[in-house]
Amino acid sequence: MSKAPLTLEQLSGVDHLLSDEERLVQHAVRRFVRERFLPGAGVRFEEERFPVEMVPEIAALGLLGASLTGYGCAGMSAVSYGLALSELEYGDSGLRSFVSVQGSLAMYPIWRYGSDAQKERWLPGMARGELIGCFGLTEPDAGSDPGAMKTRARRDGDDYVLTGTKMWITNAPFAHVAVVWAKVDDGGPESIKGFVIERGAKGFETPTVKGKMSLRASETGEIVLDGCRVPKANVLDGATGLGGPLSCLTQARFGISFAVLGAAKASWEAAAAYAQNRVAFGKPIAAKQLIQERLVDMAQEIAKGEIMAMHFARLKDQSKLSPAQVSLCKRNNCKIAIEVCREARAILGGNGILLDYPAIRHALNLESVVTYEGTHEVHTLILGKALTGHDAF
Amino acid sequence: MKILVPLKRVADPDNANKIKIPAGGATIDTTGLEWKPNPFDEYALEAALRLTENGATPKTRGGEVIVVTFGPKECETTLRAALATGADRAIRVDAKDDELDGSIVAKALRAIVDKEKPDAVVMGKQAVDGDSNQIGQMLAQHLGWPQATFAATIEEEDGALLVGREVDGGVITLRVKLPALVTVDLRIVAPTSVYSKQTKRDFKYNDGVRFAALPAIMAAKKKPLAELKLAELVSDTALKVQYSRFEAPPSRKAGIKVKDVAELVTRLKNEAKVI
Ligand SMILES: Cc1cc2nc3c(=O)[nH]c(=O)nc-3n(C[C@H](O)[C@H](O)[C@H](O)COP(=O)(O)OP(=O)(O)OC[C@H]3O[C@@H](n4cnc5c(N)ncnc54)[C@H](O)[C@@H]3O)c2cc1C
Ligand SMILES: Cc1cc2nc3c(=O)[nH]c(=O)nc-3n(C[C@H](O)[C@H](O)[C@H](O)COP(=O)(O)OP(=O)(O)OC[C@H]3O[C@@H](n4cnc5c(N)ncnc54)[C@H](O)[C@@H]3O)c2cc1C
Repeated sequence: MSKAPLTLEQLSGVDHLLSDEERLVQHAVRRFVRERFLPGAGVRFEEERFPVEMVPEIAALGLLGASLTGYGCAGMSAVSYGLALSELEYGDSGLRSFVSVQGSLAMYPIWRYGSDAQKERWLPGMARGELIGCFGLTEPDAGSDPGAMKTRARRDGDDYVLTGTKMWITNAPFAHVAVVWAKVDDGGPESIKGFVIERGAKGFETPTVKGKMSLRASETGEIVLDGCRVPKANVLDGATGLGGPLSCLTQARFGISFAVLGAAKASWEAAAAYAQNRVAFGKPIAAKQLIQERLVDMAQEIAKGEIMAMHFARLKDQSKLSPAQVSLCKRNNCKIAIEVCREARAILGGNGILLDYPAIRHALNLESVVTYEGTHEVHTLILGKALTGHDAF
Repeated sequence: MKILVPLKRVADPDNANKIKIPAGGATIDTTGLEWKPNPFDEYALEAALRLTENGATPKTRGGEVIVVTFGPKECETTLRAALATGADRAIRVDAKDDELDGSIVAKALRAIVDKEKPDAVVMGKQAVDGDSNQIGQMLAQHLGWPQATFAATIEEEDGALLVGREVDGGVITLRVKLPALVTVDLRIVAPTSVYSKQTKRDFKYNDGVRFAALPAIMAAKKKPLAELKLAELVSDTALKVQYSRFEAPPSRKAGIKVKDVAELVTRLKNEAKVI
């Protein structure tokens, strides 16, 4: 080996496009993840445990609701926010999912659709990490098609009474507040409204989903609503119909499409370093054509994904990003990220199946990320409809 | 307490092998180098922040930390990072790198101290590029202030700092009356190394330099950053230190792998001639 090998960062050159501020954000989160989170990442995955004890530190760093303004939020640009999420996902998708859900799915609907009183009531505590939020849209029988949800909110005087079950809800088991979407009275999808339910409400239970083989360092639960009474003051009046929850998903999906590059980079770096040292047939495998082709293909997809994410983030900062573009970026980057992680796992040989190396953990995590926030197929259909005009759902 | 912390950006020591020396060896070619804050200066900033807060409530400042650097406009990156980490304001003395040497910087710092009147100057013991280890000592001399170098611990007292210096076989503790100058060593960022008067003695910091919080990074661009001209601070700008020639260290020959201990011993004896 003559010169020090090129890094992924040098290959894409995206670093040169960053402002000082964006670079500072990236470095602050990078240091946090590498010094504080990564040392125990494998163990937490194995133990199927989200590190709740780290929430105060995550909040102190200003990561919660970081793309929102006011109420103690950092008010970061889309680029900075994307870079921060990517560094978190470099650690583990469970860590990043916690931050995405708190910011984009729980705080965002309150920030966007809530009254001033509701914002004052919940957002500062959520930014400080004292109140954890979750987002209940999916149900056992309605995932890709949320309009088919069965959860009902029946008006009773000034209150609403909610009945139904939400499934696959990130952070639900330890959340203090849940933003739950439900159809009102006998209405259809157009009647959907958002309700903020506080822990302690009668008829509100959040059993944990155990035995996940993916996103194990993230708590996932159900939300079981059994005649749960929600006062009028907890209704997010600014949103009606599916547009409300879908707008939250657009926020989260953008973040995810940036974030997953972190998992891909971590896996690529592990595989590339391993290939330098692993000798087979008398030479480091990094000196074999087949390994080089794989590393090159992976690096190429990461660079393309990064350039796309950066481009769309800049558009988002100019309020010019469309939902179809978010779908394109989520669809592409999740797909290439999971492929990179699987390939990295394979380059690590037998060692690749161990949690001592990050690739298998990231590959398994991304199984969830490919599915949530719109499955790969759902984004294909969104784009197919946008490009042809025909609804093929 | 009001503290002045000088900061220097240095070429990233992890990429030191990228330094190029053009033929003739009159200069160093710095193009393409990545810059980082000098690590000892980051430790000095951390120590200064700890001295101007109650460790348990770091968001409330209990004093002022002013950071100062010398160099071209790009050096403001280093200052912004320091402001994001918690410094209250910043000064950049505009100068080209080749207009500076330790003597000029020490004299210019003296002029800044005369203007700002801090209670203490806390600085890194040396910059990891030139490893000169002299500006702190020169500055203390110019100011006529007591100095404590290579600090591993600092405790604030009424009108003084109690400074622990690790030396062979133990710790020397010095009490320096304020105003004073302290240069810090890397142990200064350990969890129990620095205590302001407000910080309880059983409080423990996280090990190392604190993380810049994201809202603070956003707010850093609104913190004051003043620019001064070198000529406003020092009258005699002639360089005292003149470099005659730069030379890269001889490149090392590639190592070899030996089969077994016997071969190792033979080679050590016959080739390296060390046994
Ligand atoms: C770990 C994890 C965390 C999650 N966290 C949350 C959360 O916090 N809040 C929340 O509300 N939800 C959450 N979800 C749920 C997630 O959004 C759903 O799993 C996702 O929307 C897919 O729904 P589904 O699982 O019901 O699959 P289905 O919708 O049943 O889809 C099954 C398969 O059919 C495909 N498919 C669906 N429709 C079509 C079609 N028209 N044409 C062709 N193929 C189609 C899908 O692509 C998929 O491959 C989470 C999921 C996971 C795994
Ligand atoms: C769960 C499990 C059970 C196992 N059980 C047994 C068992 O019972 N008995 C047993 O003897 N072994 C067993 N193995 C070991 C298994 O056979 C090895 O893992 C396998 O042969 C690969 O070897 P490796 O892990 O050392 O990877 P390596 O050989 O180091 O390969 C690393 C990577 O380099 C690639 N590579 C290697 N050489 C080249 C080349 N010339 N050009 C291009 N690419 C190359 C590989 O395809 C791979 O992607 C088991 C492994 C696992 C994971």
